[in-house]
Amino acid sequence: MARVLVGVKRVIDYAVKIRVKPDKTGVVTDGVKHSMNPFDEIAVEEAVRLKEKKIASEIIAVSCGPAQSQEVLRTALAMGVDKGIHVEISGPEYKTLQPLHVSKILAKIAQNEKVDLVIVGKQAIDDDCNQTAQMTAGFLDWSQATFASKIEKGDNDITVTREIDGGLEVIKSKLPAVVSADLRLNEPRYATLPNIMKAKKKPIQKLTPKDLGVDVSPRIKIVSVEEPPTKQPGQIVPDVDTLIAKLKDAGLC
Amino acid sequence: MSQKGRVKNLYKTLLYYGKDWPNGYDYFRTRLHKVFLKNKDEVDPEKIEKMIKHGEFVIKEIEALYMLKKYRTMKRRYYND
Repeated sequence: MARVLVGVKRVIDYAVKIRVKPDKTGVVTDGVKHSMNPFDEIAVEEAVRLKEKKIASEIIAVSCGPAQSQEVLRTALAMGVDKGIHVEISGPEYKTLQPLHVSKILAKIAQNEKVDLVIVGKQAIDDDCNQTAQMTAGFLDWSQATFASKIEKGDNDITVTREIDGGLEVIKSKLPAVVSADLRLNEPRYATLPNIMKAKKKPIQKLTPKDLGVDVSPRIKIVSVEEPPTKQPGQIVPDVDTLIAKLKDAGLC
Repeated sequence: MSQKGRVKNLYKTLLYYGKDWPNGYDYFRTRLHKVFLKNKDEVDPEKIEKMIKHGEFVIKEIEALYMLKKYRTMKRRYYND
């Protein structure tokens, strides 16, 4: 039976229109709906399914961030995770928190909790880094199977189908390992109201990066955050000749 | 649970699901309230049972809708095929 660690990140909800702060220091987060990173939901779902198949014995969810990160931990607990660990990082340190820091924290917790499998989402929808799984595997010196669209457990190994450019790759890896979940891995369940209530009784352990001996001091400085350029509106041309003339002007034919 | 309790429970559950509604919670809540109010004078237990069943079906539909909406958005944003 394997012990599984999942990473969950609190991000601005996928349906929210992102607005950049006028002073270009970041995006507006006050009063904006947040939820669990969709790729992390897939990771949680996969862990819960492993437990339902009696492959996993215990699932631990970790979230690094301000106090509100506990909300996504509750969601994870409601989906079927057994225990939550909240690593509190807030203020300026949270603003410049990077996958490097998070992967150090995840690696440390993975060792402390003696887990056999780490599952995280392949990337978060806010910074789109796609680095945490890879670097966690690096710090632990474990095998890694990124962009998983299928996970099968053997005796002491896992067979993972990976989504790669133009097709699929099937790899077999020894345990312990780090897996990152791709979109097609599964369809995450909805955290129902009764389960959210029940999740309030499940334990959430609070830690600080200091407890884990991880330095979260900034490695980067945010110089400027800007909106992507807006698309020019289209034009309706009266006839084919004008269209061709315009295309020629633009050097497209 | 009594039938009355189950109806209340159904209403509360639906309200919970309304929080993620694309047109906003208020839109969902007013509609939901109207539908429940429309049937408030129903006394036939069999008919009420049917309505509860329908409500539970709607919950499943909403769940499927949310899942599909999220999946499609992610697919559009991150995958070209």
